[in-house]
Amino acid sequence: MSIEGGWTGCVLRVNLTRGEVRREALDPRLARDYVGGRGIGARLLWDEVDPEIDPLSPENLLVFATGPLTGTNASCGARYMVVTKGPLTGCITTSNSGGRWGPELKFAGYDLLALEGRSPEPVYLWILDDRVELRPAADLWGKGVFETEDEIRRETGVVDCSIASIGPAGENGVLYAAIVNDKFRAAGRSGVGAVMGSKNLKAIAVRGTGGVRVADPAALMAAQWAQKEVLSKAPLTSEGLPAYGTLALMNVINEHGALPTRNYKEAQFEGAESISGEELAQTRLASNKACFACTIACGRVSNISNEGVGRYTLKTSPRNWHHATEGPEYENAWSLGADCGVDDLDAILKSNLLCNDLGMDPISLGATIAASMELYEAGVLSEEQTGMPLPFGSGEALVAMTEATGFRRGFGDEIAQGSKRLGEKLGHPEVFMGVKGQEFPAYDPRALQGMGLGYATSNRGACHLRAYTVSAEVVGEPEPMDPRATEGKAQLTVDMQNISTAVDATGLCIFLTFGNTLSDLTPLVAAATGIAYTDDDLIRAGERIWNLELLWNLRAGIEPSEDKLPKRMLDDAIPAGPAAGEVNRLSEMLPEYYRLRGWSEDGRPGVEKLEDLGIG
Amino acid sequence: MQALEIFPEKCTGCRQCELACSWVHTGLFQPSRSVIRVHVFDEQASFAPYACFQCDEAWCMQACPVNAIDVDEATGAKIVLDDVCVGCKLCVIACPFGTIFFDKQADRATKCDLCAGDPACAHACPTGAIAVADVDPGAWVGPFGEKVDGAYRSAMEGGES
Repeated sequence: MSIEGGWTGCVLRVNLTRGEVRREALDPRLARDYVGGRGIGARLLWDEVDPEIDPLSPENLLVFATGPLTGTNASCGARYMVVTKGPLTGCITTSNSGGRWGPELKFAGYDLLALEGRSPEPVYLWILDDRVELRPAADLWGKGVFETEDEIRRETGVVDCSIASIGPAGENGVLYAAIVNDKFRAAGRSGVGAVMGSKNLKAIAVRGTGGVRVADPAALMAAQWAQKEVLSKAPLTSEGLPAYGTLALMNVINEHGALPTRNYKEAQFEGAESISGEELAQTRLASNKACFACTIACGRVSNISNEGVGRYTLKTSPRNWHHATEGPEYENAWSLGADCGVDDLDAILKSNLLCNDLGMDPISLGATIAASMELYEAGVLSEEQTGMPLPFGSGEALVAMTEATGFRRGFGDEIAQGSKRLGEKLGHPEVFMGVKGQEFPAYDPRALQGMGLGYATSNRGACHLRAYTVSAEVVGEPEPMDPRATEGKAQLTVDMQNISTAVDATGLCIFLTFGNTLSDLTPLVAAATGIAYTDDDLIRAGERIWNLELLWNLRAGIEPSEDKLPKRMLDDAIPAGPAAGEVNRLSEMLPEYYRLRGWSEDGRPGVEKLEDLGIG
Repeated sequence: MQALEIFPEKCTGCRQCELACSWVHTGLFQPSRSVIRVHVFDEQASFAPYACFQCDEAWCMQACPVNAIDVDEATGAKIVLDDVCVGCKLCVIACPFGTIFFDKQADRATKCDLCAGDPACAHACPTGAIAVADVDPGAWVGPFGEKVDGAYRSAMEGGES
């Protein structure tokens, strides 16, 4: 078989140690079975990387993977996936980002970019179609993301290029450092930015002037009109997300009593209203903004409030005279806000902006600051250790700690390790709210039982995007389910994990599942690639990728015994609110989950399962 | 006479118009060859697609040494005759708006032809920021330019750092 469309058919390989660039053909069978993005990336890691390596060693492989729909006019075809071994978790990590970078890589002619080794000197990679070169980046080292992008545009003279880079956090090995593209879009989680920093790679600037070809143009056009029609009618994708962004969730989740507050000690935040999407829209929103080809446009462009001027400056470049920044997303406003007890939206905007500029994941950062605040209030941490008072609710401390962490100054050096290592070091491992080393996002698994199972079984540590059961448990899509019940949650989680994995592999954004079902998307993938995929084929591809990731983790030494939740989620009931008295009942769901996965009772796929999925 | 009418306040910067334009003209998704381009004024949260205004004076047409630019009688759009154009780029230099381009791949000049009165970009725009209408083609540019320029000037004068 040969590649007819969707994929470019070319994998760009760069050996940073030797400064060598080479091109490889994409195996069409591999593309068919693993679809793209997360799938082909995972397969590369499986084939080439010893799972036991140190993630920050030159032996780690850093993959940027687009999907067959990246760069097409399918709505939300903007995504690329960073696949590597994550330093925060030790797991295979798959970190997704939008903006314009993925499509540019595709237009330059590459499905994937895989970087190996470690450059002897700081460099950045410059890709202008066929021209691929490593350029010195000593002058950029130490600079933030915003300035790095401006400098590279100046140096290359190609203002239309798109840049993915790391800030000081990635250079300094903050374990949850992000890779940020287009200044405000990030492959955020698990420390992919630290991997890039360990390779002495400051940035990857891409400009592609080529085009993406599809196998069946007429079918693709029909499928994309149908897909967009659905998105333009569904309430969330046509109204909720454009108006309020993902931050529309703040009040909703709070009303359900599922908004983790002050490091998961409570599940409702009294200040939720003042950090909500509605509040942002009324007082600070300049505009919404779309990623490439997105017809939803959930992105926020925000200004600091009049009261905030003077307290915080949002400066994104020397020419930024309007205080305009992007965000915050719901997860960030939660981690930097409710989880730290902070109800000051200006402080959150400032901290969020610093996360973009310094290149850090705001979820893990906010959660680690929250854990530190808990220890500070408990008297375990003294002001002498932290360098400043660190009570819950202090926006000042939030902003100061964000900056200190990016540069690993003072107590920021401790926060840079994440809350698992921080808690263990201080003799209080119970403050770590997460799974497999990665901090929870913004949904309390005691109030939403399904999220607990999703967090526990996620292949990259706690994550909301791998199985967004919130959709059924709160929003009522595709079918309403009782958030307090455990019945049916194992099946829901398996289904959602497989479908989300498939969507991640196509190069589309997972947010379109707020409107589209898989049946809207399958025809797009089929038309682009010329392969007669069915819904079941894609679900099976999702399952194949999921199993492969899990196997890789097993070989990395991440045992199924790690499929667990912190004691606080299992034993300490939510104190008040609609979900008062609830704990997560993981043990009621996990055995069924393993059974539905077709794995052994102790959570391992057998030979039969792997043969069935065609994993060699 | 028809032209694209642009409503910049509705634009989200998604570039569906660029994808649609390149699709109908090249059969590929290739924004670099689109003749409508989204300009992103990031720091002011302003985005504006813009394409040829189909202006009356049509300096491109006047500059062309081989008469390769003609007027579509149905729409009034200025169109490049591919088989006449020799790729000399004089039109690109002449256009005061920067909306006629040199297509390296085709070795010809290229510009908005209004898709014979039914522009693909307008269809593709999810927010209705592009329409085709019998309008004063540059009408939207003035207020938009004043907004962008005004903000720039006030900042320079205000000295906000």
